[in-house]
Amino acid sequence: MIQVFAFYLFATLCIFSGAVTILARNPVHSVLWLILAFFNAAGLMVLVGAEFIAMLLVIVYVGAVAVLFLFVVMMLDIDFAELRAGFIRNFPLGLALAVVLFVELFVGLVVHGKGGVALGKADGSAPQAAGMSNIEAIGALLYSRYLFLFEAAGIVLLVAMIGAIVLTHRQRTDTRGQNIAKQNARRPDEATINLQPEVGKGVQI
Amino acid sequence: MTEFFMGLGLSYEWAWGIATICGILLIAFPLMLGVAMIIYADRKIWAAMALRKGPNVVGPIGLLQSFADGLKVFLQETIIPSAANKGLFLIAPIITFTVALMAWAVIPFNSGAVLADINVGLLYVLAISSLGVYGVVIAGWSSNSKYPFFSAMRASAQMISYEVSIGFILVTVVLWAGTFNLNDIVKAQQGHGLGLVNGFWFNPLLFPMWVMFLISALAETARAPFDLTEAESELVAGYQTEYSSMAFALYWLGEYANVLLMCTLNATLFFGGWLPPLDIPVLYIVPGFVWLLLKILFFFFIFSWVKATVPRYRYDQLMRLGWKVFLPVSLLFVFLVSGYLMATGHFA
Repeated sequence: MIQVFAFYLFATLCIFSGAVTILARNPVHSVLWLILAFFNAAGLMVLVGAEFIAMLLVIVYVGAVAVLFLFVVMMLDIDFAELRAGFIRNFPLGLALAVVLFVELFVGLVVHGKGGVALGKADGSAPQAAGMSNIEAIGALLYSRYLFLFEAAGIVLLVAMIGAIVLTHRQRTDTRGQNIAKQNARRPDEATINLQPEVGKGVQI
Repeated sequence: MTEFFMGLGLSYEWAWGIATICGILLIAFPLMLGVAMIIYADRKIWAAMALRKGPNVVGPIGLLQSFADGLKVFLQETIIPSAANKGLFLIAPIITFTVALMAWAVIPFNSGAVLADINVGLLYVLAISSLGVYGVVIAGWSSNSKYPFFSAMRASAQMISYEVSIGFILVTVVLWAGTFNLNDIVKAQQGHGLGLVNGFWFNPLLFPMWVMFLISALAETARAPFDLTEAESELVAGYQTEYSSMAFALYWLGEYANVLLMCTLNATLFFGGWLPPLDIPVLYIVPGFVWLLLKILFFFFIFSWVKATVPRYRYDQLMRLGWKVFLPVSLLFVFLVSGYLMATGHFA
């Protein structure tokens, strides 16, 4: 009873906030509704027993990706008139995308109605044994059967990360940065000099 | 607790529901009281270190000061700036406060005394604490004012940066304990140090991780010396500038509840949680939650001590510490810890 109630609560809120994400006029509101949609999706994941995926969804998407989204969107200078001006021009493209998405969803539903695909049986073996927690099951799969794919994904991400750094990094010569190691290595006797000037003579440095 | 209510003749659903609500109240009420008292303690410690008296007028030795302050803000008028985004402006403090309470659901107060004994307890804490940033960011944006906005920018960058290193620090603890369940992590620390000391802090590989966790916790809760989000000399009061009355009080309470949570995590992950400090049978006579409370108070004293003595960091140095020092070092320790555990056959 509780499960059914929770499912309908999460599912309704998820679809509703997804819809408002698209309909909201203000981009910041859109991002916040998107976050709510993520959150409810995480709730649905918990309901089907995939608590690890749910936590990852919250940590990665809600905790990091969406914050960066919000960070960028908050700094936008929003001109609503300009937003509406592009509506007619972009309408055919949007319509085409909507049709493609709808057809894909429809085909998926039809195929599912014909029997669907059994999950977790890529090579015909039985799905993961019960009695293992989510994290252990995923770890056992990732580090044994899918080890190569996992490592390859890691390398792709590393290359992407280095690429992003190389593209945005710029060497600035006109500003003075702080070199903390150099500061810490400085001793008093190289930073200060001790003089006893005669009266009325002044100091030459 | 569910069994107790089922014993009264209720069906499982009702018994579960009532037991959960009782559990929430049992945690939330003492927590609120604790927050009120800890604010008082914070001010007293701070005052003592500055050779002042601190609050000493309301009640005996000023004990009721927090309640007087609470009553004061409760009676104040709630002012919403006319240029603010009203809905979000009011939701932001509620988010901060709610999130500060949510993470307590998985904290074990004694063997088995935990509201939600879930397998992914530590990940849940990480997920919830990563939500805390939204209260600040939304407040900064919806205030539609310059200083809160700067504060929101700072907060989002700061909290994400330190979450990364906290994540890796937690991984080293999880590797050693072999579980994400907080209760099992506490149990794994029994007699960890030479069969005598309860706690991971005694471990030479985990002690540096504890030091880094303590500093990251300061940064994550935006306490001094990392309180750049509300640096009063630069940003007036940061994201709280436009807030008044109860909305302001919710930030206040939420902030201290978060500080207490971080103290509890320090105690639970590295100092043996509800276990006594030494693995001696006599010490187990004292109930577990007393030990946990003593450890929380000890860590809170460290937090206050730091606040009273350390000057504020500069923002670029804060970022440097997070990304160029903590991140590589914590990665190195994940490598070292997993290597050591593999070499000694811990996973076999």
